[in-house]
Amino acid sequence: MRTRGGHSLDSRDFLKTMVQATGVSGHEAPVAALIKEAFLAIADDVRIDVMGNVVAQKKGEGEGDISVMLAAHMDEIGLMVTKIDERGFLKFIAIGGIDQRTLVAQEVRVHGKKDLIGIIGMKPPHLMSPEETQTAVKMQDMVIDLGLSAEEVQQFVSIGDVVTINRQFISLAGDFVAAKAMDDRAAVAVLGECLQELKRIRHHADVYAVATVQEEVSLGGALVSTYRLRPHIGIAIDVCHGDMPGVPEQDTAPLGKGPNIALGANIHPKLYERLVEVAKEQNIPFTLDPIPAASGTDAWAMQVTRAGVPTALVSLPLRYMHTSVETLSMSDVKATGRLLAYFIASVDKSFVEGLLCY
Amino acid sequence: MLLKKLSEAFGPSGCEGDVRNVLLEELSPYVSEWRRDALGNLIAVKSHATGPRVMLAAHMDECGLMVSSFDRSGLLRFRKVGGLDDRVLISKHVLVGPKKINGIIGAKAIHLQKPEERSQVIPLSGLYIDIGAKSKEDAEKLVKIGDYAVFATEFKHLSETVVTGKSFDDRAGCAILAEILKEDFAVDLFGAFTVQEEIGLRGAGVAAYGIDPDLAIVLEGTTCNDLPPSKEHGYCTTLGGGPAITVMDASVICDKGMIAELLRLAKEHHIPIQFKRSITGGSDGGRINQTKAGVPVVVISVPCRYIHSPVSMLSLCDYNHTLQLVKLFLKSIAEGGFTR
Repeated sequence: MRTRGGHSLDSRDFLKTMVQATGVSGHEAPVAALIKEAFLAIADDVRIDVMGNVVAQKKGEGEGDISVMLAAHMDEIGLMVTKIDERGFLKFIAIGGIDQRTLVAQEVRVHGKKDLIGIIGMKPPHLMSPEETQTAVKMQDMVIDLGLSAEEVQQFVSIGDVVTINRQFISLAGDFVAAKAMDDRAAVAVLGECLQELKRIRHHADVYAVATVQEEVSLGGALVSTYRLRPHIGIAIDVCHGDMPGVPEQDTAPLGKGPNIALGANIHPKLYERLVEVAKEQNIPFTLDPIPAASGTDAWAMQVTRAGVPTALVSLPLRYMHTSVETLSMSDVKATGRLLAYFIASVDKSFVEGLLCY
Repeated sequence: MLLKKLSEAFGPSGCEGDVRNVLLEELSPYVSEWRRDALGNLIAVKSHATGPRVMLAAHMDECGLMVSSFDRSGLLRFRKVGGLDDRVLISKHVLVGPKKINGIIGAKAIHLQKPEERSQVIPLSGLYIDIGAKSKEDAEKLVKIGDYAVFATEFKHLSETVVTGKSFDDRAGCAILAEILKEDFAVDLFGAFTVQEEIGLRGAGVAAYGIDPDLAIVLEGTTCNDLPPSKEHGYCTTLGGGPAITVMDASVICDKGMIAELLRLAKEHHIPIQFKRSITGGSDGGRINQTKAGVPVVVISVPCRYIHSPVSMLSLCDYNHTLQLVKLFLKSIAEGGFTR
């Protein structure tokens, strides 16, 4: 990725580098290393904690009396090898929520002792009975074909190795981009935008920008990092469903129309109000996401850490979630970074104290 | 590598121009006479005063997609070109139109599905290409109705002998035919790179009519399902098992004399060989066989796993053995070792 003079980070390059790297839940180290390196150029301090979370600190003018934690998860859904058969074909299970229909006829990368390209193949239509074509192929009937002998496969692959879809970053028209793992590395790119924006704006609060682990399986990364950092405010940045045919419009947010700000039980009402106020002041477009119960994001874990943390959630509209062609708008990444920076700049001690006054 | 160039070329049935250009560029030092016909078949002619008229054929076209309309939101609706299974289209990267602009075929997020949906096939009516256009007008600036799309798949080596890429059916055949045309054989040789095989064997018959061959050899990349969940007795070819000789498919019954000669040559030169053990699917052989008063035909194929999907796989051992066997056959014909 490009860092200009060691002080700036191009979000598009950063995102491209991240999504082309691997970091399946519980196996985030490769992408974590890239994120750490990128954040070192724009934060005061960057550490990786015992669970693997990347924690970047940017100090405010308040000498640490209040802090805001931003959480964006860097883990991605993937597959795990469960069996190597006598001819070297691999059986696998899913890590995280995977639609089996998105796996057919994909190139994959098996992360063994070295990365190997494989194919999850599809029987050609010539050999398919008409009935067979009427139902989705079951994940338990799929195998990964590495094109290698059983001995070679045994040499490089072990049961428990993780597998990702082999997908390059794709530039679409305008500022739309597509890839795997945009959920939620686009939000890690938002953390980068926000930290850079904060170099130009005075802010009282210390900021912890955390790229969390294991969101797709347990929210565990956010849970332990929130405990360690004891933030006064926690904000999760995640993705929400973008507008697309076949999905009711009321369940989606449009791409390119700014961040999607959540409200509901998982969200502290005063944080929601402040985010909306700041967006209006800064002329940042936004949409709203009323969430009646669980948000299914790191915000859900952060809120109930220790004695409770006032929590908010801001999301990037994203189409085709949990496929290998997750699509979003770069303008939303930039707008969300700005919103968070100006929100942080607006936070002072009295605002934080007010969060306890229900 | 020629196979890489051919595999990555853009050529759905009816839009084979890119493949033609790759072949013309590759073969211009070796071929002085080219014929082209009304459908777009490309025929290399290497005349020889003696010997029979031999037609070698490989089809240039591949399965793909065609843009049929625009949604108001700027998404592209499409139709299939050739025999593509709807299920292989989901969550893929495609290249659209002559400018090869990026598009993706997405799917509804798993979070928004009912559990039973995950075992159902998403029909073509529920799929579209997203190029990032924000409106119909935006999309119309980048893409036209009728533009074709193909999968964006890079050619790769998985090992020294195993390669992957799109459209080995039949760019493998095209590559082998091109290699043969780089050499000279004492026969009247016609190398036909045909069009429109995938939509009904349209080009080969027209090409054969013009060539009027005494016999024809069709070079294919054919089905190979030698892995789970298929059972061993159902494997129609195996990867690495050598060139696959077709006795019969849905379009043709191959010439017994030509098959016998191929088997003899394979045995003599220790070339592994296998029969294609399914009779489904047609080939250009069918049309060539029934051209004019009839043409004896044999089909020789490189086994390719996962044809008619975004990424197929073949063994370069099979590829090289196929090339070797066809050369031996041409020599045998030239030397009068094989006559009909």
